[in-house]
Amino acid sequence: MSKLEDAIAGGRFVLTAELLTINSGGLDAVSERFEPYEPWVDAVNATDNTSAHAHASPVAVSIALKQLGMEPVMQLVCRDRNRLALQADIAGAALHGVENICCLTGDDVTAGDQPESRRVFDLDSTQLLVTATGMARGRYLSGRAIHPAPHLFLGAVENPGAPPFDYRVERALEKVRAGARFFQLQVCFQKELLERFMAEAVARGLADQAALLPSICLVRSTASLRFIDEKVPGISVPPELIERCERAPDPEAECFELACELAEHARALPGVAGLHLISFRREAGIARLCQRLGIPTRVERESRGHGSSVAV
Amino acid sequence: MKPLALVEAAVKRPVFGCRMCGQCVLHSTGLTCPMNCPKTLRNGPCGGVRPDGGCEVIPEMRCVWLKAVERSRKLPWAEEIHDLRPPVDNRLWGTSSWRNFLTKRDKQTPPGWHVEA
Repeated sequence: MSKLEDAIAGGRFVLTAELLTINSGGLDAVSERFEPYEPWVDAVNATDNTSAHAHASPVAVSIALKQLGMEPVMQLVCRDRNRLALQADIAGAALHGVENICCLTGDDVTAGDQPESRRVFDLDSTQLLVTATGMARGRYLSGRAIHPAPHLFLGAVENPGAPPFDYRVERALEKVRAGARFFQLQVCFQKELLERFMAEAVARGLADQAALLPSICLVRSTASLRFIDEKVPGISVPPELIERCERAPDPEAECFELACELAEHARALPGVAGLHLISFRREAGIARLCQRLGIPTRVERESRGHGSSVAV
Repeated sequence: MKPLALVEAAVKRPVFGCRMCGQCVLHSTGLTCPMNCPKTLRNGPCGGVRPDGGCEVIPEMRCVWLKAVERSRKLPWAEEIHDLRPPVDNRLWGTSSWRNFLTKRDKQTPPGWHVEA
């Protein structure tokens, strides 16, 4: 059982964070990125060419995290690899003890800095989940045996903030049938849309079948909020939130307040199993947010066995 | 393309924007061809759908899956949209899905493809 799986199975409040992208610098570059928030998180996501920009691969970064004693969540997107390469990366990472895999569609190549690239999408994210589930049962997609079968703990992403709003929970349930056991929900700046998703997730039983982790995005400037709104596919930032931060005497502080407010709101919603934290800067924002929200450290959560966000 | 495939293309291209993947799933996707999605997604919309319902890749085009979900709800077999559709068999491009349907060739999935009922 992976550490993340163990935390979720134990009903503890789960905290994951997204590792900043890495291009070079050895293992030191990896450790310095998660050290500021290491005491709080259960696992760290190794991203897969985020926003269609090339970076150190999620397989390599996941192995590095493992070597550094940090629990990795390896993201895999369908944009850059065909089904052979995806299975090879799952098997390869599993060889090094990487068990948590988050399967995503991936932003299109046109969102990146090499829009002339060929887009692959040989599998979609649901098909990738079915494929990975099969591998955990000891079979490649071809039926060829994998012995011993790797242990995998599979996750996915769903976006509460993108249309069709009345289909997102349904789609997540399809992914559960495909093998997803945790969801790192896309960042959603619209409280009402996250509320709607979570209410339906509880009513439809999704929250019982998979751990739901809403994502909270920390930014330091209103320019970043505008950038996210305009450039990041699938995320909208309501203009009133941007204006609120712009009009504040200290916009940077107000951006942090906003993240804390969204985090407080998300973790209080019924059915929420934890949070996924994303910061675009190499700084202590995630640690500050955890302290501000009074979230116990990982060790404290483990020893106290905190069951729900309310108990935190 | 063989004659039957040419006929199929002539009928389905103008109506559905058919790409001749040879393994038609229109029936379960609200009569909306998922191969028109720039990411060729067979199992629902990606997370990049714009607030106005526009496609992440082609903003002026309405998301294929938004249409598929809406249309499927008007069909008597609405539940079929939740089927987990297997990966495309890339050997079937350009062949007639009608023929592949009759010969059940389009029902062949990879041996390791297993979905709980």
